[in-house]
Amino acid sequence: MHMADALISPAVGGTLWAATAGLIGYSSRKVQQDMDDRRIPLMGVLGAFTFAAQMINFTIPGTGSSGHLGGGMILAILLGAPGAFLTLASVLTVQALFFADGGLLALGCNIFNLGFFPCFAAYPLIYKQIVKDNVSERRIAIAATLSAVLGLQLGALAVVLETYVSGISDLPVATFLLMMQPIHLAIGIVEGLVTAAVVVFVWKAKPEILEMNAASKPAATASFKKVLAGVIMATVVTGGLMSWFASTQPDGLEWSLSKSTGKEELQAPKRSLYERLAALQEKTSFLPDYGFKGTKKEEAGEGWPAVDPGTSLSGLLGGSLTLIALVLLGVLLKRKRKSHVTH
Amino acid sequence: MSRIESTFFDIGTMDAISRQDTVVHRMDPRIKVLTTLVFIVCVVSFGKHDISALVPFLVYPLVLTVLGDLPVAYLLRKLLVAAPFAILIGIFNPLLDQEVILQIGRFGLSGGWISFFSILLRFAMTVGAALILIATTGYHAVCMALEKMGVPQVFVVQLLFLYRYLFVLVDEASRMVRARSLRSFQGKGSSIRVFGSMAGHLLLRTMDRAQRVHSAMLCRGFDGTIRPFHPLRVRPWEVIFFLGWAGLFVFMRLYNVPRVFGTWVQGAVL
Repeated sequence: MHMADALISPAVGGTLWAATAGLIGYSSRKVQQDMDDRRIPLMGVLGAFTFAAQMINFTIPGTGSSGHLGGGMILAILLGAPGAFLTLASVLTVQALFFADGGLLALGCNIFNLGFFPCFAAYPLIYKQIVKDNVSERRIAIAATLSAVLGLQLGALAVVLETYVSGISDLPVATFLLMMQPIHLAIGIVEGLVTAAVVVFVWKAKPEILEMNAASKPAATASFKKVLAGVIMATVVTGGLMSWFASTQPDGLEWSLSKSTGKEELQAPKRSLYERLAALQEKTSFLPDYGFKGTKKEEAGEGWPAVDPGTSLSGLLGGSLTLIALVLLGVLLKRKRKSHVTH
Repeated sequence: MSRIESTFFDIGTMDAISRQDTVVHRMDPRIKVLTTLVFIVCVVSFGKHDISALVPFLVYPLVLTVLGDLPVAYLLRKLLVAAPFAILIGIFNPLLDQEVILQIGRFGLSGGWISFFSILLRFAMTVGAALILIATTGYHAVCMALEKMGVPQVFVVQLLFLYRYLFVLVDEASRMVRARSLRSFQGKGSSIRVFGSMAGHLLLRTMDRAQRVHSAMLCRGFDGTIRPFHPLRVRPWEVIFFLGWAGLFVFMRLYNVPRVFGTWVQGAVL
């Protein structure tokens, strides 16, 4: 399931983008170093294949409804983790740009959720461990199914966490988890069975394709650790910067952090920063206090968010007027262009 | 299936739109990518109950749509197709947050509905901005801009390759599906086993194709870099375009323009 810009805060989006950018950088270097350059067109064409394979539907056993292939695990098995990660990232970019799946800020989250977990977690930790050197049809089937399930479970969990930390949706974590995990368990099992069917077919027809990837030397773990450290650091720094940016309003990350940890130490410095910023904003704003004439301030609700009905009403009024002004602007521009063209 | 096929046909439509020749289309892609990013970050950084402050941001998609001569109905239809996830998650807000925070006469609006509308508005604007970017710039130009902005070359080449072969492989897959549906009845022939061998065959053919493509590219002197036909150049007025929009976004982020406007109108009327 794709994350959407509308549901994430800039802190979450920026943080996940930093992590994703680090992984793209790492994978690109790895692909350039390890692979013979035959692999580069192969990655491109396999990316197109993941789209094409989605057009071939199949019946999900026992339900009669039809599904299609997601493709992350197949790419990892054929290309290895870095190549598959880049390919998946490119597939998701095309989806974000052309099919409006998610959006550009959420693209970082989507690449991480759907790319990192299958390629860098499920593939090396499960698939490779089970298949290892003695390849057999049964091993491939079991390994592919298990790793597809795990990859999707982790991805779904990440979607829940990202949504929760962003604080735009009111869904409680437990409810959201109960919604997402079982659905993705079902999807994962189907995805796993299909992945296994395709991989077994390829293995029977052309075993050298699978061996080609298995034979390429395992990614040097030391350098991956270094990169991981770099990614984590970039992530923390960006997250910090972005949440500072976002905390001109006490919502999103800060609010949910204070809720989930309940620690005052964590809250204290941010609070004061927020207050300082709020004071700055108060000072610089030319109309510091917009209230409804005659409405007493005390009538406003006490709880968070403290919203003054007066300001809300003027917001509503102003919002509608702005909208009307914008539509007029659009019509005027359009008319001007038309007359410009016809002359 | 026909739905997916038509979505791919849609990419062709977007491509055609992006080849128009307007002021916006002629601009350097980097300027448009950066402006879009600033726009999205500003829109997304609003609190969950903000609606009125978000409204003025509509000015950006509006102006670009008009100046870029984009088909509004077509873009709106694309937005609708992508809407379900945001609606699915957002629709719980009205159920979970029922505290009334806006009272107009006897009609009270709960915080949940307000945040739900806020989510819809954000969704329309962020996704719309991405669609407008691609409709005014084109996929290739966006990729070139990314490369100039420091995205690793391997990844940019990957993005370009994927796009180039998308249409070929989608054609191939749709031929296979058509062949299957002509030979199978009552839903037979769509089991996972059949799917496995169909997708497997497609995969093998794909890999053979990759090999041929690679040899052909080597023959033509490919060395891993893709050289643009027109070198990118930022003109001075384009920098002003970017700074102007970015400044406006930040201003509209810090000051709730409609609220000031509304208060002023209220003051004038009452």
